[in-house]
Amino acid sequence: MNLVYLVIAMALVTYIPRMLPMVLLQNVKLPAYVKAFMKLIPYAALGALIFPGALTSAGADHMGAAVMGCSLAILLAWFGTNLILVVAGGIAGSFIINLFF
Amino acid sequence: MSDSLSNKENFMRGVKAAMPIAVGYIPIAIAFGLLAKSVGVPSYVSALMSFLIYAGASQFIGVNLLVLGASWWEIIITTFILNLRHFLMTATIAQKLEAKATTKWRFLLAFGITDETFSVTSFQNETTLSRYYSFGLNTVAFASWNFGTWIGLFFADGFPDLLKSSMGIALYAMFIGLLVPQIKKYRPALIVSSLAVIINCLYSWLPVTGNLSSGWGIILATVVSAAIGAKFCALEETE
Repeated sequence: MNLVYLVIAMALVTYIPRMLPMVLLQNVKLPAYVKAFMKLIPYAALGALIFPGALTSAGADHMGAAVMGCSLAILLAWFGTNLILVVAGGIAGSFIINLFF
Repeated sequence: MSDSLSNKENFMRGVKAAMPIAVGYIPIAIAFGLLAKSVGVPSYVSALMSFLIYAGASQFIGVNLLVLGASWWEIIITTFILNLRHFLMTATIAQKLEAKATTKWRFLLAFGITDETFSVTSFQNETTLSRYYSFGLNTVAFASWNFGTWIGLFFADGFPDLLKSSMGIALYAMFIGLLVPQIKKYRPALIVSSLAVIINCLYSWLPVTGNLSSGWGIILATVVSAAIGAKFCALEETE
């Protein structure tokens, strides 16, 4: 029962950062620097999200599996493979290493 | 382009664009369900997390912290820090969204902003974003996240450990699949994302900051590298 309150509190602190800019920044004209900054945010965020977090993504003692999965994903993505196959390839690469080591 | 399409057509475009997200989300959500169940979180709480919080990283970290016996405040603050990055992402989407998206729409669409829906949306070539496209994309992503969670909770006991640990990579493979094609065609993307990786590594591995929440490292790396990148981008355009 009590855990439900925790979930609700977590939901609120997740929703608020999503909602505030969406509602408040509707008709605001932003300067060029701010626009460039916002344009670059996704690339920066993806970089920071991927590394070094990916290294421990298959469990702390399975770094080899994580490296293999990520390398395969990078390779597939580089050659312009469909996103679905990139994800499947990542899982497969990690699974194979886990299977044999 | 989105102006010339009907609401239904835009919705369906969103549904289609969400397919790779769904394929990425389902295994991650299954992994979340498995993890939560295996550490003894009641199933209805885990299912409610996916329904109300709907943020993968926060849910995983929330469950981890629960197991470690962290205080609720710690869990709530960590969740908040981790989600501050959505503040920046949503600010970007807010600028792109068409004028027809009223405040009511914005309250609704804001709930669906995740790292993945944001990336797919912002790498669209169109200048304005259809609210129905965004709605279609969010609906499929949200449904697949919840569906995956239920599967994970339901089948938790029968899953081999080997497969469980291999699925943790899915989230990162999806991030890689979103970023790499952008790096190939847009030079600032390469520079800014590499910079973010370097800053985040320094943050995670230096003894001064290494013990702090990883949420801060992601925010710091994102803001600093985008700020530096924006300076050079602005220069390039004036030359």
